[in-house]
Amino acid sequence: MTQHDQTKPQESLNIVIVGHVDHGKSTLVGRLYADTGSLPEGKLEKVQAICRQQGKEFEYAFLFDAFLEEQEQGITIDTARTFFIWNGRQYIIIDAPGHKEFLKNMISGAARAEAALLLIDALEGVREQSKKHGYLLSLLGVTQFAVVVNKMDLVGYRQDVFDGIEKEYREFLGQFRAVPQQMIPVSAKMGDNIAVRSGNMNWYQGPTVLDTLALFKKEQVRSEQPLRFPLQDVYKFDARRILAGRITAGRLKVGDQLVFSPSNKTAVVQSIEGFNVDPPPAEAQAGQSVGITLDEQIFVERGEIASHRDSVPLVSTAVRVNLFWMGRRPLEKGRKYVLRLATREVPCEVAVIHRIIDTADLAQLQESQSVARNQVAELTLRVKSPLAFDLSSSFESTGRFVLVDEYDISGGGIITELVHDEQEGLREEARQREYAWLTGDVRSEDRALQYGHRAAIVLFTGSAQTGKTFLARRVEALLVADSRHAYLLEGENLLQGLDADLSAADPSFASERVRRYGEVARLLIDTGLIVVSTSKTFGINYQRMAEMIRTLVQPAPVIAVHMSRAGEEPPPNTDLHFAGPQDFDAAARQILEELKKRGVLIQPSGTKTHIQYSI
Amino acid sequence: MKHLRQLEDQSVYILREAYKHFNHLAMLWSMGKDSTVLLWLARKAFFGHVPFPLLHVDTSYKIPAMIEYRDRIAREWRLNLVVGQNKEALAAGMNHTLGRDVCCTALKTNAMKNLVEERGYTGIILGVRADEDSTRAKERYFSPRDKHGDWDFRDQPPELWDQFKTTFPPGTHIRIHPLLDWTEINIWEYIKHENIPFMDLYLDRGDGTRYRSLGCAPCTMPIKSTAKTVDEIIVELRKSTVAERAGRAQDAGRGMEMLRKKGYM
Ligand SMILES: Nc1nc2c(ncn2[C@@H]2O[C@H](COP(=O)(O)OP(=O)(O)OP(=O)(O)O)[C@@H](O)[C@H]2O)c(=O)[nH]1
Ligand SMILES: [Mg+2]
Repeated sequence: MTQHDQTKPQESLNIVIVGHVDHGKSTLVGRLYADTGSLPEGKLEKVQAICRQQGKEFEYAFLFDAFLEEQEQGITIDTARTFFIWNGRQYIIIDAPGHKEFLKNMISGAARAEAALLLIDALEGVREQSKKHGYLLSLLGVTQFAVVVNKMDLVGYRQDVFDGIEKEYREFLGQFRAVPQQMIPVSAKMGDNIAVRSGNMNWYQGPTVLDTLALFKKEQVRSEQPLRFPLQDVYKFDARRILAGRITAGRLKVGDQLVFSPSNKTAVVQSIEGFNVDPPPAEAQAGQSVGITLDEQIFVERGEIASHRDSVPLVSTAVRVNLFWMGRRPLEKGRKYVLRLATREVPCEVAVIHRIIDTADLAQLQESQSVARNQVAELTLRVKSPLAFDLSSSFESTGRFVLVDEYDISGGGIITELVHDEQEGLREEARQREYAWLTGDVRSEDRALQYGHRAAIVLFTGSAQTGKTFLARRVEALLVADSRHAYLLEGENLLQGLDADLSAADPSFASERVRRYGEVARLLIDTGLIVVSTSKTFGINYQRMAEMIRTLVQPAPVIAVHMSRAGEEPPPNTDLHFAGPQDFDAAARQILEELKKRGVLIQPSGTKTHIQYSI
Repeated sequence: MKHLRQLEDQSVYILREAYKHFNHLAMLWSMGKDSTVLLWLARKAFFGHVPFPLLHVDTSYKIPAMIEYRDRIAREWRLNLVVGQNKEALAAGMNHTLGRDVCCTALKTNAMKNLVEERGYTGIILGVRADEDSTRAKERYFSPRDKHGDWDFRDQPPELWDQFKTTFPPGTHIRIHPLLDWTEINIWEYIKHENIPFMDLYLDRGDGTRYRSLGCAPCTMPIKSTAKTVDEIIVELRKSTVAERAGRAQDAGRGMEMLRKKGYM
């Protein structure tokens, strides 16, 4: 056997080993290491000694099933990362558990893999988890994999058994268009076709497991895709204001114009920063964790996705997804979850459960009101504020997400479709307008410094006769008294002028008035004002109206104040809620406090005013 | 050095996630090669700054040269260094002859737990690598510890696609492991590539021995080696089939498994 490989590896590849419980995954990994001389000196002997001591038969699996509990039960509980070098490549082998109880561990292992080996026991044949794991690999985006038919020694190394399994399993995979690179008959225990070709199966001419590893390719195409740069954080440790993040697709160069979605803010890359890199790089590409500075101090925050203008991500408040659930309690409609996509976190809800996917029989359509642990489902999710994303068929990292239930990551999935929402038209209008917007030499942060505040809108919602106008006037007065630049934008005032050409008989009368109101508000916000809106209801549902205005003024900070009669629930996205008769002065002061908290009103700190750029 | 760059990118991403999500964050620094690389990666992630304190759990049995090195680097890199020690146990005469597990638990695990509790840290960054031993091979990048600091390895949270466990109930904390995917050779390759200052205890200084792993003086043995440069260490490691921690007494039998379930790093 070849000795421990000493050549210097050029690259590293993550491989996950999956398959039904007891089909021999850990044994295969142990054998692979032993037969390639990759085990540290004395490791085999140490495990053999422990087995002898406990009067157990030696198992190769014990080499990596390190926990006492695992060895006692002869089962893998959690994935192990192990390393070995072969033919100029380093492999990180992730041995996943097969028991359905530990599916979340298998998923954690498979999610970081670039290729997979899926094991099927020749004697037991295709089982429940063989199918589930096969399906999940595809969902998790692991498209490179080989199927290993193990324990051939138990079926007399017969070709017909192998052929039967191959046919059955290929048919199953074909339903979701997954194609294995190889089907390999092996005996992990005996070492047939693991590192050396077996003399027991001359009918098989294909590669061994070890050969197959070498055939897996390192994926490199991501940097040829359009740019995706999810913003991770904004740092101001010294004079530089650095936007940090990891490029998930494409390339970025000094001088590139970037668009941030969903805010639509644009700026030019001024530098790519680094520590202990000389000269600083002029370009960076997919996979790299970088920091950049921009030519303009725009307000952008963690979670936005930077791209080039000719290929921006999708934006919506609803998406159709395929999701697998790992939560302790079932996924249910009506419960609040947090969706995390790249660096974005946004509250979300399940709008529709279309069906539960039975991985044993994909043709089955199962309706359900909830998704249980370890189930896969097709859903429509609705998020609380616009989400920038891609379809998983075109971008890996920005096309998938996880759901957090309370403290725990409980589900993961891929986005299969954009679901159109009402705001789509206005969102596109806002996007095009922002791109085309021309500015003078005065930047928004110059205004903010001069005025002592950032621009924002205080958006009042609520049904008629709840005191909205009254409170709005107080807020305007209080702000101006505090030397801030505020303006009460009264919706009625547009009717005789800007809206004079509209006819009340036109079915789009109300929504067109809201659109114009929103555009006027956007204009005033660009002058650096704090706009206090008393838009009343324009004859349409106030919630819908508020959403339209939000879409148009985005990304300016919106402070949503809801006024209601006692006992009413405020709409989603409400920042402050006042119910019933009020002490209006106290309420107005509370709104000012909220403006401070959100970084709109700049607090003089010492002699230097400090602007908070990311909230 | 493409694979080093990939490892660096992933570790930097993890460090930035940790910094974003944890208000009470600290990094454990033992002055060994791993945690020094970790410290360097923090400077990479934050452009020369280290925006959280570095904790050194001082057992009082460390090799004196380590303390000199610690203080020099802390000064030069302007680090916020916090030293913790289980003074009570030391006053009561704790040492390795009373049993290695007992000693490690008292002077390291418990000293760290006390420090974490006292200062209210909710995130601790450690330079643990998966290839060190078979329990570390099963770690997550973000690994929760319960109220007693214990590790429930039977029920670890899912971790997928760079989405980590960053929310947790009060009273518990998260261990963060940015170096999980690094091997011992990767560490040395990176030290060379970045020219990171390290302690010369790792080199043969003329007597034909060097330290491969640094712990407490009584429980860490040098190995036979004539490697006098980082390059020579790398060549030696490529040939070697001896486990890295073979010179560390804790790793015998199930020692490490027991220690780590109880919260050992
Ligand atoms: N006869 C025979 N037995 C095998 C072979 N491979 C594995 N086994 C046995 O099958 C049993 C299960 O093997 P493991 O490697 O622990 O299975 P696993 O797939 O890792 O199991 P989990 O990780 O718990 O899902 C052990 O008793 C092995 O000795 C083989 O090729 N032939
Ligand atoms: Mg196993």
